[in-house]
Amino acid sequence: MSAIESRTTMSAPMQSTSKLGTRLKRIALHAAVLLFCLVWFTPVLSLFVTTFRSESDSSQTGWWHAFVEWRPVLSNYVEAMYLTGVGRSIVNSIVLTVPTVLGTVLFSAIGAFALARMRFRGRIALFLAMVGFQVLPPQLVLVPMLKFFLALGLTGTFIPVWIIEMGLTVPFGIFLLYGFFASIPSDLVEAARIDGASEPRIFFQIILPLSGAVLASLAILQFMIAWNHLLIPLIFLGSGSLSPLTVQVASLAQTNAGGLNTLTAATFISVIVPLVLIVTLQKYFVRGVLGGAVKG
Amino acid sequence: MSSQILQLVLGLLALPAVVLAVILPGELAIRRFPQKRQSTLRPWIWLSPVLALVGLVIAYPLAASIIFSFRDATASTWVGFSNFAWAFGSAMRPVLFNNVLWIVVFPVLTAVLALSAAIMLDRVKYERVARTFLILPTAMSFVAGAVIWKMMYTYEPPMQPQTGTLNAIWTALTGKMPIAWLIDRGVNNYALIFVAVWMSIGVATLILSAGVKNIPRELVEAARIDGAGEWAIFRFVTLPSLWPTILVVLTTQAIFSLKVFDIVYVMTNGSFGTDVIANRMYTELFVKQNLGTASAIAVLLLILASPVIFMNIKQIKSGGGE
Repeated sequence: MSAIESRTTMSAPMQSTSKLGTRLKRIALHAAVLLFCLVWFTPVLSLFVTTFRSESDSSQTGWWHAFVEWRPVLSNYVEAMYLTGVGRSIVNSIVLTVPTVLGTVLFSAIGAFALARMRFRGRIALFLAMVGFQVLPPQLVLVPMLKFFLALGLTGTFIPVWIIEMGLTVPFGIFLLYGFFASIPSDLVEAARIDGASEPRIFFQIILPLSGAVLASLAILQFMIAWNHLLIPLIFLGSGSLSPLTVQVASLAQTNAGGLNTLTAATFISVIVPLVLIVTLQKYFVRGVLGGAVKG
Repeated sequence: MSSQILQLVLGLLALPAVVLAVILPGELAIRRFPQKRQSTLRPWIWLSPVLALVGLVIAYPLAASIIFSFRDATASTWVGFSNFAWAFGSAMRPVLFNNVLWIVVFPVLTAVLALSAAIMLDRVKYERVARTFLILPTAMSFVAGAVIWKMMYTYEPPMQPQTGTLNAIWTALTGKMPIAWLIDRGVNNYALIFVAVWMSIGVATLILSAGVKNIPRELVEAARIDGAGEWAIFRFVTLPSLWPTILVVLTTQAIFSLKVFDIVYVMTNGSFGTDVIANRMYTELFVKQNLGTASAIAVLLLILASPVIFMNIKQIKSGGGE
């Protein structure tokens, strides 16, 4: 009885405390989200700020000191571009990445077209093999591929890197495009077929134009993968005049040549293209990631 | 430099040319056959560039690595299981142990943090902006992440001003000695793992966010009407509905832990007891030039990854993916 009594008498203040409670919960939620973002962004900010600090400043104080005393210098970028070979590596990264992306999209598209729109024996088995190949550790391909391309005399060109990067991503690419290609209404394709359109015509003039968004998703994902890979170009292009940005930055970091601040400038140059892409084309990136996740 | 540009142009022309050079003549060739014969031949024409590529880059290396793993350093004679005996021997044991640590800590930490991020972001209006902050590290190479965190972990001797972010915070907050994050064997593996977590949260959060948004609203509302608190809703509604998605995240990250290379290569190159299988394979292949042991490590990675490979295939087969 006393419990009921206390409940009725308590009801008014209880309500306001629960309102206060939800208010506090909201504040805690915002604080937690902001803290998360802060912790995740601080390292990026520290890199960016350090690229503008002088060597002597950085050896004495932490990067946050730049907010107290802002003495920006551009010498780190100049040094990175001209003395450490980063300028050349930008070109190498482009030469490595752009054909890789084009080839991956093309090969995935014809493979997915055959698997999704044609009926034949072994179709399911092939599709499942593509699912399995996605998870294969890339280390597995190194030794045999190195022997193969050495025998052909192609090491020291970009050809092995294009082919290997394509081969490693195409199973994923086929998986990503398969679902979309299979969902294109058959009426559309049948109508074209009755009008006498050949299969290549159907592929290039109906399927591909309809698939712009999903092709863009695959392209942006493969761009990130190829631009950011270290192991494959390290092995097939070496750290000489053909090295892309990742290999160049890794070798600067390991040898400590050029000093910390030049290294940060080189690193920032290496990440600027993917950073801009992921912010501006986030929609396609997200679609690619979600479309590619094997659903339970 | 001009040779690079030449190769770029060559690649951009040759790759589409290869595809067209197979498909167009192939289509012309089968045109004279009856309709039925055409439709049995056509898929193989379209698939042949892909089969050649995947055959060369995946199927052939798969078979060759297994063969090389039973042969000596120059792949010239059979050596039985001795490469595998080495791979499980005392030299490799600490390396394998480090990978076990990665496989346990990295996926769990990533999944827990990404799940809390996904649930929290779902409740704020600025979700897209906040999400962008979490995705930024994902866009960068692991090399860049490693450089950034080498700076974050910078260690200066005690009494010197700490220029590394973590030690500056640590010494200011606790007044204790600075920590040599990458050298101290009690913390260095965790320090490396956290770099991977920092870089992987973005994708994991995206996948889990999509899962959170797929939970039927009525389910949550019904639980709330029944008087369930936030924790009970999480425990009995959110978690069970998300479990398949969480499993996807966990398995993906477990596979990543197996093949982690860049972070370790750049930050410690395996010293101070931080070596991992993939970095060791690079050493065997290029420093020691031993094809046999390098291949044995690759095969070991394959065996460790195979449960996930078969799990994914089984999931797709049962109709989850189409």
